[in-house]
Amino acid sequence: MALISVKDVSIGYGTNSILDGISFEVNEGDYLSILGENGSGKTTLLKTMIGLSRPMKGTVSFGDGLRKDGIGYLPQQTLIQRDFPASVREIVLSGFQGRLRKRLFYSNEERSSVEEIMQKLGISEISRKSFRDLSGGQQQRVLLARALTATGKLLIMDEPVSGLDPRVTEEFYELVEDLHREGITIIMISHDVKNAVRYSTHILDIGRSVFFGTTDEFLREEGREEQ
Amino acid sequence: MIAKIMEYLQYPFVRYAFIVGIMISVAAALLGVILVLKRLSFIGDGLSHVAFGAMAVAAVTGLTNRTYIVLPVTVICAILILKTGQSTRIKGDAAIAMISVGALAFGYLFMNVFSVTSNVSGDVCSTLFEATSMLTLTKADVIICTVFSVLVVLFFLFFYNRIFAVTFDEDFSKASGTDTEAFNLVIAVIIAVIIVLAMNLIGSLLISALVIFPAMSAMRVFSNFKSVTLFSAVISVLCTLIGMAASIVLGTPVGATIVCFDVLAFLICWITGKLTGRS
Repeated sequence: MALISVKDVSIGYGTNSILDGISFEVNEGDYLSILGENGSGKTTLLKTMIGLSRPMKGTVSFGDGLRKDGIGYLPQQTLIQRDFPASVREIVLSGFQGRLRKRLFYSNEERSSVEEIMQKLGISEISRKSFRDLSGGQQQRVLLARALTATGKLLIMDEPVSGLDPRVTEEFYELVEDLHREGITIIMISHDVKNAVRYSTHILDIGRSVFFGTTDEFLREEGREEQ
Repeated sequence: MIAKIMEYLQYPFVRYAFIVGIMISVAAALLGVILVLKRLSFIGDGLSHVAFGAMAVAAVTGLTNRTYIVLPVTVICAILILKTGQSTRIKGDAAIAMISVGALAFGYLFMNVFSVTSNVSGDVCSTLFEATSMLTLTKADVIICTVFSVLVVLFFLFFYNRIFAVTFDEDFSKASGTDTEAFNLVIAVIIAVIIVLAMNLIGSLLISALVIFPAMSAMRVFSNFKSVTLFSAVISVLCTLIGMAASIVLGTPVGATIVCFDVLAFLICWITGKLTGRS
């Protein structure tokens, strides 16, 4: 069974649908890039997949033991966060909130695994620094670390490299690729076709016509269009 | 000077006022951190006008304890404002402006038409700028105030981790299964409660100062959430205590004096932040 199955989903605002009858599946170990123009509904589709917005019709279902609190979500940064007084450690620790359930406070194990995750992503040195004082690349690493504390299975990222310079972007892609090799399933919204083709196993392109398939199929399709 | 304050402290109503002052300052400062960070400072301002309107209506009914009317009305408006703020039809800031200015007009109208005393403008002025009942606080008032303030502090203590998480990133919290709608509802109720309680301390127009200044001051000098929260509570209590003492010694209005010290504290924190390169 697939990790996430999207069946015949339509999304939109009010009564206007912007995407109609989309179906695809994400299996364990996949690396799916979602491509499309601004305003094509990528973010809304992503939010629908994780239950932040409701589809106008169709269903999204989880399988393979994936739970709603086991998704590592890396949303686009908000204005609020830009000058938020929070230390890196505080933010990464908040990734565990889904596992709190009836508890009020984080356990010692959770606190120590935060240290491990920060180590792994190379942000241990800045763990006491304030989020608002970090560079864009560091901020994305912190949010990635928070997403990782929430999941061992699935990372869902909304344009994680937008606004980063090329070198930092490259580093970020490498980091995600490492996680993918460790067995974490990746779903990423991206503008960057070149890197999407380079790293992902599957591509969902919601341009004028919707394409879903493996990266090889996508390249063949592209080639045909160019001829 | 100290002797004068000590002399005043012998009266129970002055002691009551100090207890209420400390309680409300802590609660307002804690809440202020959330409101400032979530860009909701104006909600406090809007709701204080609502509370003024409700107070005016309550005064006309001649109820002995006006809180029974003012509190529910303010709570309902707080929920309305937060709900409409999320819908795109009516812009959040416009919704607040509509409700607050409407309530202000109604309040003034009521006070004028059904005036119980001959000094209408005096009544209006004192509801807006003065402690409405600072020196007539009864034991019951003090108990209500203390209970609610303690509840707010306990809420902060127990839900600290969730409060931080939702304030920093509501979408992420929602995606991890945190019930953010319930959270926002609780926050709305708490804002309303604090504003109604704070009317007893500094008058409805000046309440926002008690909510916003401590958090802003703390954000100038500290850069993690825990320190900001703690420091804003501490500085808020300090300003209130100094302000109340000063108002006794100088014979100035209590609310305005407290706010002046809040402003002063902010300036000091701002300069300190600049000097240490934190902001």
